[in-house]
Amino acid sequence: MKNTEIELHNIRKAFADGSKKVPVLNGISAKIEKGTLLTIVGPSGSGKSTILSLCNLLQTPDDGEIYVNKQEVRKWNVQELRRYVGIAFQSAPMTKGTVLENLSLPLKLRGETLENPETYLEYVGLSAELLSREAKELSGGQRQRLSLARTLVNNSSVLLLDEVTSALDTKASQGIEELIQRINKERSVTILWVTHDLSQAERVGDETWLIKDGQLVEGAPTKQFFSEPQDERTKDFLNLLRSSL
Amino acid sequence: MNLTAIIFSFVFVILALFLSNAFKLGLGKDIIITCVRATIQLFIVGYILKFVFGFDHPFVIILMLLIMILVAAKNAAKRGREIPYAFWKIFLTIAVVEIITQGFLLGLKIVPAEPQYIISISGMIIGNSMIIANLFLNRLKAEIEMRREEIDLVLSLGGSVKQSIFPILKQSIRASLIPTIEGQKTIGLVQLPGMMTGQIIAGADPIQAVKFQLLIVFLIMSAATLTAIILGFLIYPSLFNKEQQLEVF
Repeated sequence: MKNTEIELHNIRKAFADGSKKVPVLNGISAKIEKGTLLTIVGPSGSGKSTILSLCNLLQTPDDGEIYVNKQEVRKWNVQELRRYVGIAFQSAPMTKGTVLENLSLPLKLRGETLENPETYLEYVGLSAELLSREAKELSGGQRQRLSLARTLVNNSSVLLLDEVTSALDTKASQGIEELIQRINKERSVTILWVTHDLSQAERVGDETWLIKDGQLVEGAPTKQFFSEPQDERTKDFLNLLRSSL
Repeated sequence: MNLTAIIFSFVFVILALFLSNAFKLGLGKDIIITCVRATIQLFIVGYILKFVFGFDHPFVIILMLLIMILVAAKNAAKRGREIPYAFWKIFLTIAVVEIITQGFLLGLKIVPAEPQYIISISGMIIGNSMIIANLFLNRLKAEIEMRREEIDLVLSLGGSVKQSIFPILKQSIRASLIPTIEGQKTIGLVQLPGMMTGQIIAGADPIQAVKFQLLIVFLIMSAATLTAIILGFLIYPSLFNKEQQLEVF
């Protein structure tokens, strides 16, 4: 596991629904190499987003182990793990305050100040003039860019993306796609990207997983995943979605 | 006040019942239960106080205060059922507030160390702390439900549990203190406080009654602030598990 960034060992997770426990992940094992842009697809409620939140310990697996940079997540200092493994949420939540306050939040939490905030904004395609604007007033696309810039401020080595373009229009969505690909290539950030958009997964991914019923049905290089799926369930899933387009 | 006067005071209950009935408010049963409970509870308390004042022993006074704090904590803990050890944290908070305030009152000889002063003033402090604890827990729950994403955001950026909950804690503390602060602003203008009214009716000099009421106003203000802050800091660690995930609400 020389270049392995994340390794999942037989991960199981269930959520309580009243007095019942509903299984969400049923024994997932896999490896993700450093610098990979992994796209994760699958039906709603299949457990895709749960995989993300387990990788930075926003949730804990019921069973199994997750290694990040060769160390089991529960053996990391939680705060260091969450800086190493950043996450961008679908809604790109912002705290009350200006763009600058939101951008510098990761450093403020450590008692440090942010030098050259303009550089980060420019990198993600936002104007430096926005620094004094209320972050909550930004458009969906701008918020998502700011959210990604925040993970850059934290210098995260792994980035978890949870449906980050699903609420955006096509143009904004394409802009975010390009930005994420740049972050992945220029900064060698490992990316786990949950998306419901199959064409997006095919366009941007190095590797793609299909998660269904809490299981990893198939994981393969993206081109192969879409052109020569091996598992019948993958073929059915792709055919079903393609026929509905 | 003689027995006949008390019996006549039931005229007000009958008036409330009549209005409830006339306007079909459906409150008749509640009005009767409330009045019967108030009558029984207050008479019981009256006889207990008579006994305690007559006994005049520190052990009896402490026992009485403990019972008052227990009942207050049990009542407020209903708002925090989901929080581990909520009852004990509220109990500890009210007990600490009581010790601090009584410590100042008795230590600085602001009031005489006599049971009627200690118990009457403690009743006001403990009752007020119970209301503040209720308001605080209620608001905390609503704020967390509303701002859960914000908590997860701060945690996901490597923030500590305290950093993630602090703005919400501050907001909940502020909100729970607003009724006390606003109520005190209009004191004497909108309504005369019950204790002051009682003293004046009992024949005390109004200026003397005002001085005593001022003491109570200041005391309640500081007891309320202490309650909200102490409870806030005792409660927030229980909201998270050891992996620093928000687990409650």
